[in-house]
Amino acid sequence: MKLESALRPPAGGPGPGGAGRSPEEPEPSAEKRFLRHGMMPHMLCPGCGHGIVFEAMLRALAGRYESLDEVAFVAGIGCSSRVVGYVDACTLHTTHGRPLTFATGLKLARPELTVVVVTGDGDGLSIGGNHLIHAARRNVDLTCVLFNNEIYGMTGGQLAPTTITGAYTSTSPAGNAESPFDAARLVEAAGATFVARAQSYRPRDFEELFLRALDHKGFSFVEVMTDCTEYFGRTNRLGNGADLLFSQARMEPEIDADLAGRPTLKQLAAKPVRPVLEMGVLHESNRGTLEEAMHLLGARS
Amino acid sequence: MSERQLIQGNEACARGALAAGCSFFAGYPISPSSEIAEQLARELPGRGAVFIQMEDEIASMGAVLGASLGGRRAMTATSGPGFTLMQEHLGYASLAEIPCVVIDVMRGGPSTGLPTSPAQGDVMQARWGSHGDRATIALAPGSVQEVYSLTIEAFRLAEALRTPVVVLYDEVIGHMREGVELHRPTKRQLGRRSGPKAAFSPDFLPYAPDENGVAMVPDFGCGYRFHVTGLMHDERGYPTSDHHKVAQLLERLERKVEPAVAAVSPERYRLEDANVVLVAYGIVARTARAAVDLLREEGVRAGLFRTRLLWPIPDAALSALCRSADLVVVAEMNRGQWSLEVERLAGGSSLLAPYLKAGGSVITAAELAEHVRQSMREAVAAP
Ligand SMILES: Cc1ncc(C[n+]2csc(CCOP(=O)(O)OP(=O)(O)O)c2C)c(N)n1
Ligand code: SF4
Ligand SMILES: [Mg+2]
Repeated sequence: MKLESALRPPAGGPGPGGAGRSPEEPEPSAEKRFLRHGMMPHMLCPGCGHGIVFEAMLRALAGRYESLDEVAFVAGIGCSSRVVGYVDACTLHTTHGRPLTFATGLKLARPELTVVVVTGDGDGLSIGGNHLIHAARRNVDLTCVLFNNEIYGMTGGQLAPTTITGAYTSTSPAGNAESPFDAARLVEAAGATFVARAQSYRPRDFEELFLRALDHKGFSFVEVMTDCTEYFGRTNRLGNGADLLFSQARMEPEIDADLAGRPTLKQLAAKPVRPVLEMGVLHESNRGTLEEAMHLLGARS
Repeated sequence: MSERQLIQGNEACARGALAAGCSFFAGYPISPSSEIAEQLARELPGRGAVFIQMEDEIASMGAVLGASLGGRRAMTATSGPGFTLMQEHLGYASLAEIPCVVIDVMRGGPSTGLPTSPAQGDVMQARWGSHGDRATIALAPGSVQEVYSLTIEAFRLAEALRTPVVVLYDEVIGHMREGVELHRPTKRQLGRRSGPKAAFSPDFLPYAPDENGVAMVPDFGCGYRFHVTGLMHDERGYPTSDHHKVAQLLERLERKVEPAVAAVSPERYRLEDANVVLVAYGIVARTARAAVDLLREEGVRAGLFRTRLLWPIPDAALSALCRSADLVVVAEMNRGQWSLEVERLAGGSSLLAPYLKAGGSVITAAELAEHVRQSMREAVAAP
């Protein structure tokens, strides 16, 4: 497989970031059906991995729902969290780190809603880490997608609790001295009943895992590895958006063989790139949800 | 219909919340407020109502706001340290116009302070605790009966004006028992939430104000798709940094809480001919009332202005009072909070001699009366 073909966008045209739909355009592509056009242009940087993941989310939703009237998206603060505003649904852009607390209240108040939480590694694992483990423990029927770019993108590239040891950020100018969290394992240990990991390099896989998480009854968690080109990529001299994507796939033999051709990715082992992680469903189990235990289903007062 | 019972202040709060139609409580245990949560943990579950103990007070407020957006009448209860943690989401609720009720049973601070002693130290925290310029409503019941009725009123104001409403009372009121008339609120006393007047359409404006300046935000899951954010936003609810729109929004949010002043009127006790005016709220107002009686027996023309509304401050009434009085004594259990506001409103028109006491014990009638006598002597002696 050639690198360029691996990156070719799926049928349906360019991802988010395109201009709003022109009136002549007959059928919106799957990705654009639920895009909130009034909110365009979006604020993601060119090449940002979050855009790829967001596009995959929109595609998954378009394949699953006729309307998003009964779907709520709840997010914290960060570049990743900002994407919920671009979905034409009930969208709630909360405070930094706290989206799961709002989502818990909303879901218990209206169990018939599908509630999806979008968070970042800073939002969900640092300031919101406590809420994350308690949401997993409670097993409320929520789907939480954590965009892990191993940095604080929105505030200008500072150290995150997921930053790889040794990596340079604006607040670790001598290289990160700390060790990163394994978000998926953390959430599994806290009691989540569905835990998966995906990467922006394989958006189709993410799409499938996201749909499985939506189907799962109980707290489902999808960690998706994305790249902040603007800060992480630049500060650590890892090249552009495409380079960062290839580096995610460096253990795939066909890709690896081609990497040497990309100057920025030579001697990748010496650079602060995340270790190759297990992808797919990491944990799946079944136990009663909090709504069930509270007898809330079909019992509006 | 009503029923009379001997109950504790915190129990009266829980009963008031239930009477007001509260169907969602999220909280975190803290003295001296825990009885509210404990009572609601027994009463709320069933019929779809929710009680949940969250992992902290930040989470409690988050859950309350999520539930409120889901259409519930939602509340939490706490004390100083927890109230501090709630400030971020109080600010969010103000800006995003999400109704909710927050009970703060005050104890001595700062920090862990005096966990089970009364204080009135959170008055300014209720006003300015969250960053930015924020309009707030804070009520101050002075009896167990009033804890009941003002909790109901707090829900009415929160829903009608789409804003957080704080109820501040102290440990003594929270824990003392009095006979309470548990009246069932009328439809008007319950009020209703401001919501959209038109069906959903693509150009629907969730943050367009109604005739009272209150945004007409629908509940989630009712056929409306819209965006809620803690960023400054336009009438679509979309983020904006347009200075003009932001200034307009802040102004509207400030104006919209003004009806609280007319709705929550003060008690005027023996004020008709008074030239010595005591100003108090909460537990202190009870001893201040006794002090007024003591002073009247001695021939002093004393009276009491007992406010049940701390914020927005009833400024017109207070300025008029200060203009007509010779001596104004604000008594409160802190190092000077509401008294500073009264000083500002007096604008030098009368002599001010606040009586301030922080340390965990209630101001007594005798010490307050003595303070008034002393202040009068000093006023006479002054050149
Ligand atoms: C209470 C609070 N503290 C700090 C901030 C500043 N802040 C905004 S976003 C952010 C980090 C976001 O990082 P992450 O969740 O990883 O999102 P990303 O931008 O990387 O997608 C921080 C620290 C804030 N908004 N609120
Ligand atoms: S700063 Fe980084 S995370 Fe944020 S949009 Fe730009 S590339 Fe993406
Ligand atoms: Mg990040």
